[in-house]
Amino acid sequence: MSVRLRLLYMTPYLIWLALFVVLPIGLIAVTSLTDIHGRPTLDNFARFFTPTYLTMAATSVWYAFLITVCSLAIAYPAAYALTRTRHKAVWLLLIILPSWVNLLLKTYAFLGILALEGPLNAVLALLGAGPRPLLFTDFSFLLVSTYIFIPFMILPIFNALEDIPRGLIEAAEDLGATRLDVFRRVIWPLSLDGVKMGAQAVFIPALSLFMITRLIAGNRVITLGTAIEEHFLVTQDWGMGATIAVMLIVMMAATMALVGRRGLSAHGKR
Amino acid sequence: MGSDERHRDQAASVRSGGATMRAALDRGVSEARLGFFGRAYLWAVFLVLYAPIAYLILFSFNEGGTMHRFTGFTLEWYREVANDTRLIVIVLYTVLIALLASAAATAVGTLGAIGMYELRRRYREALLTLNNVLIVSSDVVIGASFLILFTVVGLKLGFVSVLLSHIAFSVPIVVLMVLPKLYEMPPTLIDAARDLGAGPLDVLRRVILPYITPGVLAGFFMALTYSLDDFAVTFFVTGSGFSTLSVEIYSRARRGISLEINALSALLFLITVLLVLGYYVITRHGGKIRGVFVKR
Repeated sequence: MSVRLRLLYMTPYLIWLALFVVLPIGLIAVTSLTDIHGRPTLDNFARFFTPTYLTMAATSVWYAFLITVCSLAIAYPAAYALTRTRHKAVWLLLIILPSWVNLLLKTYAFLGILALEGPLNAVLALLGAGPRPLLFTDFSFLLVSTYIFIPFMILPIFNALEDIPRGLIEAAEDLGATRLDVFRRVIWPLSLDGVKMGAQAVFIPALSLFMITRLIAGNRVITLGTAIEEHFLVTQDWGMGATIAVMLIVMMAATMALVGRRGLSAHGKR
Repeated sequence: MGSDERHRDQAASVRSGGATMRAALDRGVSEARLGFFGRAYLWAVFLVLYAPIAYLILFSFNEGGTMHRFTGFTLEWYREVANDTRLIVIVLYTVLIALLASAAATAVGTLGAIGMYELRRRYREALLTLNNVLIVSSDVVIGASFLILFTVVGLKLGFVSVLLSHIAFSVPIVVLMVLPKLYEMPPTLIDAARDLGAGPLDVLRRVILPYITPGVLAGFFMALTYSLDDFAVTFFVTGSGFSTLSVEIYSRARRGISLEINALSALLFLITVLLVLGYYVITRHGGKIRGVFVKR
């Protein structure tokens, strides 16, 4: 392909890159350094490092961590079981399908499920533990977020488990490894990349969920995403909102560096 | 995709290792069955995943008007959806935006991927990193940065800003769906076409595009569902006059429970199932793109 032709093909794409990737990042950075009147300042960052915002950031990270751990605990066995079903493709489709249903509708469903006279409270009452208010608690936030992220976690783990050669497991078994050994020393290490990818796919969005906190958790839980939304769309303090966004980007980059670049590149290759 | 190839490599090397080994492997695979607990667990996860959706749909038929006590069957809420012109207009706009945005993103992304295909590795990786920025960033950050962008440029928030945003976040998805298809294509195919006197446009139109069509279609479908489902980015750039379905659902849900939303969700679920089946059929026929992208 000639250079000119290639450039012609790529022009719209490069314009897109410049306008919607590079420029917005720059704008966010610049905005984070301006006050509410547009004057340059470092105040926003100084404000971010006060207890109010640091606590919020820490809570947000903590919840994102809990959501990741909970969805991992549920998703790993499911992914493992999936690799051993006879109708893999059908099962996989069935598990993925709910993730294609509008997130807001799924969240909205929990307004009924978790209601004081709702089914979950009926179950709790049978167990002698209810009814109690479930909506607008941090528990409800955790529950709904975990529910939403389970498929995101199952898929990468499933892919990683599928990639493990059957022969390796058999070799381990032939050499006298117990089932626990096989899991601990063959299956788990080899599926770790999938776990990392899944953790990344859950942790990062979990930092910034604001619709779930607004709809389900009342104002009990304020995530970084909620704070950004608040500053941009309610209090109109864009500088502070952009500062939180910058910090969020930094934290995401740190997460990805921590988890390793593999997650991202595998994402790109698949 | 890579995994499938690796599987095949493995199978090939095992096969060359001798018939006994192959037999052993085949037996191993067919023996990999799920025990009772595994099956029960999978069913439990399945039930948990579908319960809220089923709950929503069930209560769309509730006469009582609440989402926690079912008092009797009615189709009233569906009638209400059908009579809600505002909602129907919003649905139509949402679909229009999704179609326009995915078509535009598919064009930009496909051409971009074709341009990237023969680029030197170093440049390609750099471009891909930039490409993936919008995929790994959180929706809120994307929405906020686009809001700043449109304000700085002086674009009035509304249909156009939403459309541009949807094109913007769909382009990288299309690139990621098309690029692997391009690398699957034997390079000799293009060389042969050129040797036989095909011009650059012929090569594009009669060799490359037909070969990568499944990837392009998958990208289009993916973009379509991303656009239809997006809430966070749209929420930032809709302004006050314009609304898409997700934003509308959010603002109605904030006002409390209305079973009209349930009726709508039942209809949407039906459409989603049809869309997913369509996507599934396309990708199954076209290539080995395992549903790697989960909808957000």
